[in-house]
Amino acid sequence: MNTRGLRSQLKDSVPVTGLCPQAGPYGVQDSLRRGFSSVKNELLPSHPLELSEKNFQLNQDKMNFNTLRNIQGLHAPLKLQMEYRAARQIQRLPFLPSSNLALDTLRGSDDTIGFEDILNDPVQSEMMGDPHIMTEYKLGVL
Amino acid sequence: MLNISTKTPTGGFSFENTRRNAVLEANLSEKGYSAPNARKTGTTIAGLIFKDGVILGADTRATDDMVVADKNCMKIHYISLSETFFTLPGVAADADVTTQMMSSNVELHSLSTGRPPLVAMVTRQLKQMLFRYQGHIGSSLIVGGVDVNGPQLYSIYPHGSYDKLPFLTMGSGAASAISVFEDRYKPNMELEEAKQLVRDAITAGIFCDLGSGSNVDLCVITDKTVDYLRGYDQPVQKGMRGGTYRYKPGTTAVLTKTVTPLPLDVVDESVQVMDTE
Repeated sequence: MNTRGLRSQLKDSVPVTGLCPQAGPYGVQDSLRRGFSSVKNELLPSHPLELSEKNFQLNQDKMNFNTLRNIQGLHAPLKLQMEYRAARQIQRLPFLPSSNLALDTLRGSDDTIGFEDILNDPVQSEMMGDPHIMTEYKLGVL
Repeated sequence: MLNISTKTPTGGFSFENTRRNAVLEANLSEKGYSAPNARKTGTTIAGLIFKDGVILGADTRATDDMVVADKNCMKIHYISLSETFFTLPGVAADADVTTQMMSSNVELHSLSTGRPPLVAMVTRQLKQMLFRYQGHIGSSLIVGGVDVNGPQLYSIYPHGSYDKLPFLTMGSGAASAISVFEDRYKPNMELEEAKQLVRDAITAGIFCDLGSGSNVDLCVITDKTVDYLRGYDQPVQKGMRGGTYRYKPGTTAVLTKTVTPLPLDVVDESVQVMDTE
């Protein structure tokens, strides 16, 4: 397995203290979007739903896998997580948006519509990550 | 060192501006102004199960704090072709988006299961969504319809709780409307009697509650048909003037008349030719 690529996968889980770093894109305080810098701003979420929405999919999965483990035994969540991991690796180049069709089908979210499909659609996002930086991050070189 | 985001963008709500908005609102309220409010629909809505199906009723007023924002807004929304309709008090925009998303979800679900949708399914999806957002989506609703299990009526509150009852009212005028229902409801009523009862309940809400007004909309759902009676009744008509209030010329007698000519001298005279080609 490519151990250098493993670091980029570990980096993507969301710790609480890393919630809202005050620096904007150039390392300077982004007053317009984040307000004045203070310790409280950095530690607490700005909206009561922010944390819960960020981790919603992760928490749903955890709950479902736990229930599945209790009902069917350890093999069921293990097999499913193996399939999820495989499906998650089917992506386009790191800076292009992927449809995640296989992952959606596994999750069952291909026949539901939620706010993540209507608002802030990544396909129509106005900003794109810098291709070089994104590829370096993906390969673990950054 | 450049600190560029290396995360792929995801969809859904963006909380970027909440801090800025909180600071702005705090500054405004210090000076005595207030931020604009979302338009709510303090309302009376009611639902009733009769012999062959369900009747949903609503008033048509949308208020913006103390001002009527819309005199004739539609509060009964349709969810799916076969049976279920919604009615909604709460924040108007939340209600609209919720309805549209639910209608799409119900269609997708019934296509994927291959069966006509159940009212209980709509209720479950709605309450799970409203619970996920912990009441920040401010819409409470009545869902009614006829499916294979017969006519059913559910009410759902903004935080995600629900009730299943034979007659229901919600909104700011709920107390007035439920009193009419409690007095005259009987199980298995006929269509005309049931329509009259719902109309009376909504009218009670319109007269006794400041947040409800204008017309009564009804929607009759049976297992074969859906009848949307918009503007079924208009209990509050605009008044007509009894007579004219103009005075005849000569009504006031003239006692004295003084004419004072103003002396004006011609100071300067100039002619400007217009270009009329």
